[in-house]
Amino acid sequence: MAILTREEAKKIIDKVLAYSKADETSVSLSGNRTGNIRYARNSVSTSGESDNIALAVTAVYGKKSGTATINEFDDASLEKTVRRAEEIAQLAPENPEYMPMLGPQTYLETKTYAESTAKINPEFRAQAAFDSIDPCRQKNLTAAGYMEDTTGFSSIGNSKGLFGYNRSTGVDFSITVRTADGLGSGYANPDVNDVTKLNTKATTQIAMQKAMASASARALEPGKYTVILEPTASVELLQNMMRSIDARSADEGRSFLSKKGGGTRLGEKLFDERVTIITDPQNPELPLAPFSGGGGGGGRGGGGGDSLGLPQEKRTWIENGVVKNMYYSRYWAEKKGVKPIPFASGFIMMGGTQSLADLIKSTDKGILVTRFWYIRAVDPQTQLYTGLTRDGTFYIENGQIKFPVKNFRFNESPVIMLNNVEALGKPVRAGGNLIPPMKIRDFTFTSLSDAV
Amino acid sequence: MQRRDFIQLSGLGIGGLLTANIPVMGSNVSSDYLSEMTSRHSGMDNAAKKRLADIALNAAKSKGATYTDVRIGRYLQQYLFTREKQVQNIVNAESYGMGIRVIANGTWGFAATSNVTPDAIAKCAETAVAIAKANAKLQSEPVQLAPQKGVGEVTWKTPIKKNAFEVPVQQKIDLLMKVNNAALDNGAAFVTSNLFFINEQKYFASTDGSYIDQDIHRIWPTFTISAVDRAAGKFKTRDALSSPMGMGYEYLDGLASEKIAAPNDLVGYRNSYDMLADATLGAKQVKEKLKAKTVQPGKYDLVLDPNHLGLTIHESVGHPTELDRVLGYEANYAGTSFATLDKWKSKSFNYGSKLVNIVADKTQPNTLGTVGYDDEGVPCKQWDLIKDGILVNYQAIRDQAAILGEKESNGCCYADNWDSVQFQRMPNVSLKAGTEKRSVFDMIKGVDKGIYIIGRGSYSIDQQRYNFQFGGQLFYEIKNGEIVGMLDDVAYQSNTQEFWNSCAQLCDQDDYRTFGSFFDGKGQPSQVSAVSHGSATTRFNGVNVINTGRKI
Repeated sequence: MAILTREEAKKIIDKVLAYSKADETSVSLSGNRTGNIRYARNSVSTSGESDNIALAVTAVYGKKSGTATINEFDDASLEKTVRRAEEIAQLAPENPEYMPMLGPQTYLETKTYAESTAKINPEFRAQAAFDSIDPCRQKNLTAAGYMEDTTGFSSIGNSKGLFGYNRSTGVDFSITVRTADGLGSGYANPDVNDVTKLNTKATTQIAMQKAMASASARALEPGKYTVILEPTASVELLQNMMRSIDARSADEGRSFLSKKGGGTRLGEKLFDERVTIITDPQNPELPLAPFSGGGGGGGRGGGGGDSLGLPQEKRTWIENGVVKNMYYSRYWAEKKGVKPIPFASGFIMMGGTQSLADLIKSTDKGILVTRFWYIRAVDPQTQLYTGLTRDGTFYIENGQIKFPVKNFRFNESPVIMLNNVEALGKPVRAGGNLIPPMKIRDFTFTSLSDAV
Repeated sequence: MQRRDFIQLSGLGIGGLLTANIPVMGSNVSSDYLSEMTSRHSGMDNAAKKRLADIALNAAKSKGATYTDVRIGRYLQQYLFTREKQVQNIVNAESYGMGIRVIANGTWGFAATSNVTPDAIAKCAETAVAIAKANAKLQSEPVQLAPQKGVGEVTWKTPIKKNAFEVPVQQKIDLLMKVNNAALDNGAAFVTSNLFFINEQKYFASTDGSYIDQDIHRIWPTFTISAVDRAAGKFKTRDALSSPMGMGYEYLDGLASEKIAAPNDLVGYRNSYDMLADATLGAKQVKEKLKAKTVQPGKYDLVLDPNHLGLTIHESVGHPTELDRVLGYEANYAGTSFATLDKWKSKSFNYGSKLVNIVADKTQPNTLGTVGYDDEGVPCKQWDLIKDGILVNYQAIRDQAAILGEKESNGCCYADNWDSVQFQRMPNVSLKAGTEKRSVFDMIKGVDKGIYIIGRGSYSIDQQRYNFQFGGQLFYEIKNGEIVGMLDDVAYQSNTQEFWNSCAQLCDQDDYRTFGSFFDGKGQPSQVSAVSHGSATTRFNGVNVINTGRKI
């Protein structure tokens, strides 16, 4: 029941819309089946699977809106939910920023669904965990890992004739391997749409290698270093920055993209000319949903809810270091007389052809960073973040990894980091994005940590 | 199973949470419905709940479970979001269902259902046993559960004075609009304000012979005020100095008797919060922040307000003394801990100076972690974690007690919903106030070169809880016993053991109050929990302060 076809979803949405009496009504119907397996100390600790399907109706009178949800789909329940949304709307305060719903839209075909992932069952998960635990047991290492798979659909429709449907699958796998004495630790965290591209054994072997190689780390003085950031390390900093390129906060004077004296820095060169960041829903390595919203949000989202149903297209955010686009909610776009641009999760940072190994080879002195951890914003004005290296930090000299080093705390801004680019490698998938391994000069480490 | 959504607010969303994912569990309902459900308390009498629980207990036993516990939960949430002159969103949500946890073949199994009817319950119990038996094949040692004598049929309620769910939504909107206006009238460029209310109605039953009915309330009012200097291209924010509490709407009464005076017109709020006064003061302070002097990095004596120190306690004492982290169960996510068993066994590990006495407590009135019984039926209590500076204990639940050689659980097991499995979560962890009479005014008088820090700011700590960096909301420079002005770009970096050993002076019980964390995350899949941290204003000597100002 959880994964409805396009036709099944449309039938239910049309039925709901037929019951509506409000000025405008929108329906979001989504479902997913998600399974997980978690292990630690080389044993499975928890495992589960759940199905979930829910329908959210948003009714609008003038500028007052109300949302009700239901997970039963008989006629009486559907009608009751529409009435409830209408009652809630009539009692709601007026939203002066309310935007009328969109009419019919055209959406791209995107390949976010893989049958192989949809077929995952408890035996598959147990085997995936075993493939990860077993090699660790044999080498007297300790594995702690987690795999979560999701198969879902998302459909939206409204009383102005808009309809959209998309199916998607995804698997996220993370593995931490520690040495028995607790002095070494390694990590890997791939994510895929198609589970045939995931190999928990091979992934675990990377983490095992890092765990063994990182034991007995030496302390280096904190300071500015040339770093090679694996995509698992840079992803969160880049994601944080990309989430902050919202036009409204820039116009309001409270963003790193606000201009001194007023206005925004759209069109300005803020980064090294090799920095280009785009989104492309049809990229085969990183397919994205073809429209904004839906997917279980149910109209609950605090801001930006007016973008529901906007088509996602190929967009360039940063081109050769220049800020080319920012997110505009429909309300803010209308106020500014521009086209709305929905937030898109999943970006592609362009790179070169070099592998991580190539980047290491071409480095005289530097530090290889597997991963950053506990990243927190220090100053939103400058996008300054702090956090620590974790699970595999190594000193590089004359093109070779020489020895493991103690973890560092950093204080750095992705804006500064993307001005200090030495080299960009071939992009790989990390945390739902495509990111190149990067060589960055003058990366700021401010203290040492004893943590392993 | 159930819906679990997240309200995503990017940028400057919610006080204390720079990029917020606010979890919402269950279905949207009307505020009238919430009000009705909270006053009727579950809409089902305890005899009916006992009958349903017994079905689960019996079904699991018949399938081979040697232990079973059942939680029938109704979780009610009301969240209000506003900015400037308008309401952005009101969330009214309810989640209802049953979770069944069993031990079979020496292994845990768990299953949950939203269909709380006899047939579905029996089937759910069967699934839980089947999962336990399947996982038993990978298990190396059987679960050892610390004994817990059944407590019979008992009830416990948060002693609230005003049920927040019964207060009309309009009254709440009016309050937030007044708060926003107070901020805007006093020079704020922007303001967001929020109210969060939670009511957990939990019925627990176990094969130990416990039938426990609990009605738990929590509240969190907060705001973020922004000031912008367009000419200089600068902006600053100041978050509310409230604390989330285990209280009803009475927390918002703003009683004068609960205000604690501090230097520079600052006010500490004990068990009653004056949101309007804080917003008025906050707007003035955020403008001052735009002009504040940038800090000179170096060593300073820090005077830390309870509304700031709470988060430092949370991160550097609360998390490292969680036994599951110590043992490695969180290695792939939150991390492990430097506070290893050998340090505890030595009975001489100097976690902090002799002044440092830190207690775990699930009984302290008005706090987030206080309940009558935990989510595995253990009566709640208080116990020492650090005594006279020495690490003396951990936070343990029933299946961990034996590892410590203890005969009973500490009673700190929690699940954030009926469909999530309960596991070890942090109790309130608090620093005891000093025994000598001392106010914050007295403390500042004794500091030659220092910084007085108030409020929760940026915070980051490593995965074994050694190295941390904390910011704050307000920073005041202290020179020769006097506050000389406001500072900006302040963060302190330290090592947990070094920091707590630099603890030099404590204010007394009159200055004591709690800080809270409303959405603390742990586990995979992640669960939230709410926890309080009490302290009086405390001095730490010679802490390393960095300057976080940058140019881009």
